[in-house]
Amino acid sequence: MTALTTLIVPARQEEGASLRPVPWRRMAWVIWRQHRIALGGVAAFLGALAAYVWILGLQLHHAYAAATSCNPASSACSDLITNFNFMNHVLQGGYVLQLVPPLIGAFIGAPVLARELETGTFRYAWTQGFGRSRWALAKLVALGVVVASAGGAFSVLVSWYYQPYFAATGHPALNLSEASPFSLALFDLRGVSFAAWTLAAFAIGGLAGMVIRRVVPAIVATLAAYTGLALVAANLLRQHYLSPLLTRAVNVPGSAWVMSQWWTKGGKFAFYGWRDAPHDLLQACASPPGPLGKPSQETLAQCFAQHGYTQLTSYQPASRFWPFQWIEGGWLLALSVLLIAVTLWLVRRRAS
Amino acid sequence: MNVVEASGLGKRYGSTWALRECSLAIPAGHVAALVGPNGAGKTTLLNLAVGLAVPSEGGVTVLGGRPPGSPAALDSIAFVAQDTPLYKNLSAADMLHLTRNLNRRFDQAYAEARLVELGIPLKRKAGRLSGGQQAQLALTLALARRPRLLVLDEPVAMLDPIARHDFMATVLTAAVDDGVSVLLSSHVLAELERVADYLILLSQGRVQVADEVDDLLASHRVLTGPTDEAGTYAERPVVHVRRAEAQAHLLVRASADDPVPPGWEAHPVGLEELALAYLREPGASALRGPSRGRHAEPSEVTR
Repeated sequence: MTALTTLIVPARQEEGASLRPVPWRRMAWVIWRQHRIALGGVAAFLGALAAYVWILGLQLHHAYAAATSCNPASSACSDLITNFNFMNHVLQGGYVLQLVPPLIGAFIGAPVLARELETGTFRYAWTQGFGRSRWALAKLVALGVVVASAGGAFSVLVSWYYQPYFAATGHPALNLSEASPFSLALFDLRGVSFAAWTLAAFAIGGLAGMVIRRVVPAIVATLAAYTGLALVAANLLRQHYLSPLLTRAVNVPGSAWVMSQWWTKGGKFAFYGWRDAPHDLLQACASPPGPLGKPSQETLAQCFAQHGYTQLTSYQPASRFWPFQWIEGGWLLALSVLLIAVTLWLVRRRAS
Repeated sequence: MNVVEASGLGKRYGSTWALRECSLAIPAGHVAALVGPNGAGKTTLLNLAVGLAVPSEGGVTVLGGRPPGSPAALDSIAFVAQDTPLYKNLSAADMLHLTRNLNRRFDQAYAEARLVELGIPLKRKAGRLSGGQQAQLALTLALARRPRLLVLDEPVAMLDPIARHDFMATVLTAAVDDGVSVLLSSHVLAELERVADYLILLSQGRVQVADEVDDLLASHRVLTGPTDEAGTYAERPVVHVRRAEAQAHLLVRASADDPVPPGWEAHPVGLEELALAYLREPGASALRGPSRGRHAEPSEVTR
């Protein structure tokens, strides 16, 4: 028994012990000490922006409460409604806030590796006992989680800010400004996609820094790549997440995302909008003219229907907001993981 | 045990070979100097040994067969890169804290005591220290890791003579007192005479000389004699010929008791002189093992 024990004990105990890696938690201080200025900058920037959005949000919510509780018949009420409707211009309908994810991602993500490579400090960092792959993994994952969380927290505030525009759908009589949950500038400010876009910008920045090896060009490249990706996603990808629904109803809810509308006759495609309608049909429907000399669109649609035409609309209903959020968040998360994996692979095999 | 062992090691950047067919074995317990002209592949060899670069051909192991860059190798090797990169916006104390967190061992008391001794303020940012202080800080960080092998790439190139002297004194103390093996590259030859006891000469990406300094000095002599006889001198392997008006100086491979031809005088050779002679004759080599004694025809260098 003793002999067996002796046999299975490793010959060199010290050697075995020396392979125990440096604990992961030790990187926490390292990351904080090296990136605290950048993280502090992000906190200050997001904090100031959050305070601004908070103040605007209070005003917006007050305006909404005032507009929805007034007597629709009074002239004071129409002023309140106009007041509410005009407040949408303050943040340019959300476009200003679209800048937040790329700015956070680029300014935190791009320097993580680019600064080390630019100043030569990677020769110090990558020859310490911690190991360069683990060092890079700890930095990218920890900072990625931090920026994504910051983005997520900020988007909760933004969601609260825009709430009145979505609630306005419940007061059709008041003619309030409404927003579609799929609106180009608003979809990715809410739900999970804001955090996911921030993470993606960070991951793009990390890879750009590793490939370009200089901080400023890496930041510029990150902003350019992010912009391209965001435009492609918003204009080309998002509409295909789920196949659109088809309806014969003339009035599609304002909250839905209309892909296209066209007219059919006898089950076959006829034309898209009324401008493309056959001349004889327009002639037939233009007389008798409407009250202003021209027929309203509704009158035209009714007239077209009387002539045997059916309008079809393909659309994404507002109820698909969350499925769309999870799909967008999901592929952005997958993309971020992939980009970080590629970055780590480059760190591992980079010849200095 | 060999602290660095390479066989057929080569590294290519694009289409240029920075290092080629490099085979050497540096035994433990030495202060080994890696000497060679600019572009000879010194930094490349060191980067391969510490795992910053990956070989294009051949292989290299450290500390008795460990792959460079492996956890076991990283744990026992401390590297101070050229121009001693430090985080400029971190204080000396922060650099100690950082290095302590990134390694399994770190002798905080030793590091602090050394910085106090060197008069380096712990609270000053690394970027605001003088060049000599930055080099000393980087060296302190490396030594406080209690490595078995210390690798230094051109550690004194940017330093003034006093800082250079102090730096080398620290390295020597670590080697003598703590038994740390040292591998350092340098083209400051005068400094090596005092510290190095193992010499590796690298030229045009190939190893030219690799041996203990004592053995090298014992097996080389400078012969001084009439210039007109220098050309016909072919009894022993001649490494290098230096001709003056009346006299020629020949560095030959010969020991102290080898006979001296009539009309010639033999002198012992210094390390700097020996290194210079080999560097001027890239074709000559003095390696341990089968290739020992191989030499090329000396070219003539006239003064």
